Amino acid sequence: MEEKKNKSGSTTMPVKKKKKKMAAENNEIITLTNVSKAYSTGAPALKEINLHINKGEFVFIVGDSGSGKSTLIKLLLRELTISDGYINVMGYDLSKIKHRKIPKFRRNIGIVFQDFRLLKDRNVYDNVAFAQRIIQKSNKEIKKNVPSILAIVGLAGKYKAKPRQLSGGEQQRVALARALVNKPTILLADEPTGNLDPKNSWEIMKLLEQINENGTTVLVVTHNREIVNAMQKRVVTLKKGVIVSDEEKGGYIDED
Amino acid sequence: MRISSLFYTLRQGFSNLFRNKWFTLASIATISACLFLFGLFYAIVMNFQNIVKTAEQGVSVTVFFDEGIEDTRIQEIGELISKRPEVSNIHFVSAEEAWESFKTEYLGEYADGFTENPLADSANYEIYLNDVSMQSALVTYLESVEGVRMVNRSEITATTLTGINALVAYVSVGIIGILFAVSVFLISNTVTIGISVRKEEINIMKYIGATDFFVRSPFVIEGMLIGLIGAAIPLVFIYVMYNVVMNYVLERFSMLSSLLSFLTVEEIFSLLTPVSLGIGVGIGFLGSIVTVRKHLRV
Ligand SMILES: Nc1ncnc2c1ncn2[C@@H]1O[C@H](COP(=O)(O)OP(=O)(O)OP(=O)(O)O)[C@@H](O)[C@H]1O
Ligand SMILES: [Mg+2]
Repeated sequence: MEEKKNKSGSTTMPVKKKKKKMAAENNEIITLTNVSKAYSTGAPALKEINLHINKGEFVFIVGDSGSGKSTLIKLLLRELTISDGYINVMGYDLSKIKHRKIPKFRRNIGIVFQDFRLLKDRNVYDNVAFAQRIIQKSNKEIKKNVPSILAIVGLAGKYKAKPRQLSGGEQQRVALARALVNKPTILLADEPTGNLDPKNSWEIMKLLEQINENGTTVLVVTHNREIVNAMQKRVVTLKKGVIVSDEEKGGYIDED
Repeated sequence: MRISSLFYTLRQGFSNLFRNKWFTLASIATISACLFLFGLFYAIVMNFQNIVKTAEQGVSVTVFFDEGIEDTRIQEIGELISKRPEVSNIHFVSAEEAWESFKTEYLGEYADGFTENPLADSANYEIYLNDVSMQSALVTYLESVEGVRMVNRSEITATTLTGINALVAYVSVGIIGILFAVSVFLISNTVTIGISVRKEEINIMKYIGATDFFVRSPFVIEGMLIGLIGAAIPLVFIYVMYNVVMNYVLERFSMLSSLLSFLTVEEIFSLLTPVSLGIGVGIGFLGSIVTVRKHLRV
């Protein structure tokens, strides 16, 4: 039953988008309905998740280790497929998307990880330019876009440095620049400050906020209680694969 | 694909060569060895064929006539022979011509003692064949023709030549086939190593939204470059060697020099070069595309 409903929902949705209803539903950029995800071993990582995120929102995803936060991010990126339910991101029905359409889908998403994942044998400039090469930008555009994004993240002076010559905070800025240079609609960050000291963590979070203010939808997975409490954004709390709380201007829920 | 993207991909393929130098070298060495042998066999087979062909062209059947035969009958016999499909060329040698050539070849100035033609009955037809394997069939036929006294066949039995030729070709094809398989296997290994070394980079590429084609291309280019380099090395080597070896053989076996009609290095390389390069690039392409498909589920 559920499956059928989803099917019809997905086919009519793009049409609806173009026509009437410019309100709530239309602004929705991420939709999860009764989404479950089970790995081949162990208990399901996510159970019947319902989540709706609108264009331009800033959302923290918090929860204990193993509660399913990274799994959620991977589903949104279509690195993993859902086991059950319905998931739609930017109008793409991710359980039905064709393999060859995935690259095009991902080009609208920026991703940042806890461990930066930079190319160690290339300098800052090339790491960021790499993202533009992949989407086949011209050399001219690359030469224009890369310096300007490096300036935004405050690394204009270090474009020639290799990752190992940079601090953790600086490396994360490079990763952020790489995620942003292609002007994504959505930015996903999985514990972007996990390896950073408080000062750098704050600077990265401020950058994420600034990016959000420029219109990008931002989802941040984090364990940083202070920052979550201070920033007063929407907070979604996961526990053992279930959303236990979803609050506007929320705080970090203490576990005991 | 954009030109700048194309150059980027080419550059990546190039730098892949240096990322795992030893495997690259091993692959190049195998392809080189393979194509060296290929070139060697090719040169040998081509020359052998040329020698056989030259020898075959010299193969002739000579027909002598009954004593006192009419000139018209000789003409008739000539027409009959020309109609045979295996006959490429027929040449009438009159008794006088036969004597003249015998004199110049064997007697020299001693010929002056003869006042009459001692070879009065030696007028004949020299028949050249376009297919030497038909020689015995032709001889049998000629012996049955009225007015024919004797048929002389050439001593070189061309069928043996053709047989040896085929054997050399089969053996070469077999050896080369095995070497190709080894080359494909080694290239495949090189590319696999390259893929595992660059797993992280490939992952990042996928996250950013690189197409399968974009992720795979550098590895395929790497394979094709290995093939190209692997093909170029033995070509240069054989080119240099060829004349040296030819001259040595001709000097060493100078008494056979009329038989050993070798092809020039240009004649050999006009076909060997494009074929070798094509095979090299082909092996590289095949080895890498199969591996990339298998190991790069992007
Ligand atoms: N590839 C996998 N195969 C099997 N089980 C997995 C796999 N990845 C994650 N899991 C399991 O799924 C559950 C959720 O994992 P997930 O990585 O989403 O947690 P998380 O909330 O990101 O944790 P953390 O805060 O430690 O990063 C865990 O129980 C984990 O063991
Ligand atoms: Mg995680």
